[in-house]
Amino acid sequence: MEQPEAAHWSNEVHAVLREHQVRQVAYVPDAGHRELIVKCGRDAAMTAVTLTTEEEGIALLGGAWLGGQRGVLLMQSSGVGNCVNMLSLAKTCGFPLLILVTMRGQWGEFNPWQVPMGQATPEVLRATGTIVFETDKAAEIGETVEAAARMVFNGPASAAVLISQRVLGAKTFGK
Amino acid sequence: MTRSEAYPLRRRDVVRRLLAEAGDLLVVTGLGAPSWDATAAGDRDLTFPLWGAMGAAAMMGLGLALAQPERRVLVITGDGEMLMGLGALASIAVQGPRNLAIAVLDNERYGETGMQTTHTAGPCDLAAMAIGAGFPAAADIFDEDALAEALPRIRSEPGPLFFNIKVRAEELPLVLPPKDGAFLKTRFRAALLDN
Ligand SMILES: Cc1ncc(C[n+]2csc(CCOP(=O)(O)OP(=O)(O)O)c2C)c(N)n1
Repeated sequence: MEQPEAAHWSNEVHAVLREHQVRQVAYVPDAGHRELIVKCGRDAAMTAVTLTTEEEGIALLGGAWLGGQRGVLLMQSSGVGNCVNMLSLAKTCGFPLLILVTMRGQWGEFNPWQVPMGQATPEVLRATGTIVFETDKAAEIGETVEAAARMVFNGPASAAVLISQRVLGAKTFGK
Repeated sequence: MTRSEAYPLRRRDVVRRLLAEAGDLLVVTGLGAPSWDATAAGDRDLTFPLWGAMGAAAMMGLGLALAQPERRVLVITGDGEMLMGLGALASIAVQGPRNLAIAVLDNERYGETGMQTTHTAGPCDLAAMAIGAGFPAAADIFDEDALAEALPRIRSEPGPLFFNIKVRAEELPLVLPPKDGAFLKTRFRAALLDN
């Protein structure tokens, strides 16, 4: 399930973010985002902002947009639960909001604590007016992020790309 | 009478002075009373007054400060609003934006919702928390002399700075800014980016 480094989906996603002039990359880390975080962190055109909780990222990117910069927010699906009220900020003000969510609690999840929020993730996002793109294959992630970014930045819109646990590989803690 | 009902500093006066001759200062205000105080000081395009998103003000200031490193950014918010987003203090301190100052109007109450006490009415010390989060400078301001000394620092000293301004707990007339978030955003961007 692990792709070789050269073909990893994060290369394409990083290129899409560059093309769309994304300058602030905010995240609470998830293992599924590890490669993308490294690539964005090395990119001199991007400022990586580590958050203590995912909702901070929505406020950060609202401020970034006020100041003329575009951003992206990376999180795992449990982080969507931390964001709910803050999603109103993007919606009410029309701040473009692009979220890339690595899914847990979804495809063969080993940890039951991840399942309730993972299962609720698309519904919670849609309920708050966020456009949801679901991806199942590594090869379609780049083009999906591209499609989402166009709608977000031409919108403004709030959109989330959900990256399936099927792509990421279910964690097993060696079991 | 609780102690904050006797504090000498009055929030409308404090905010009027924070925003006096604001020029191109970029301002974000926290929901509720801080937004009304800023509007009482004069509605302006380069102030973004929040009407919701409790806990967002400081992080919006960070996003703005990172996007506009040549401009001074000031966040004015309430103690209740700041307490809802305390992690922001750590996220901001790590980025270390030199152009960002945060001023909390600490009335030790949730003013909008019936003046219930916040944790700062008890042992909780926001300035100490900012220092603990990694802010290079943070202080409480209780009186006129300390305020007068802080005002020029808020405008020009390298940040990130955090001032917790102890203000009298008082209910004041509402002075409301425009409520349309998209309008507030667009006018801010037009004033900042279009010239
Ligand atoms: C998530 C959320 N919880 C609760 C509220 C209700 N609420 C609105 S304003 C406010 C109090 C804000 O207090 P503070 O920031 O101290 O400002 P003050 O009015 O005291 O100056 C609260 C609790 C809300 N708007 N959002």
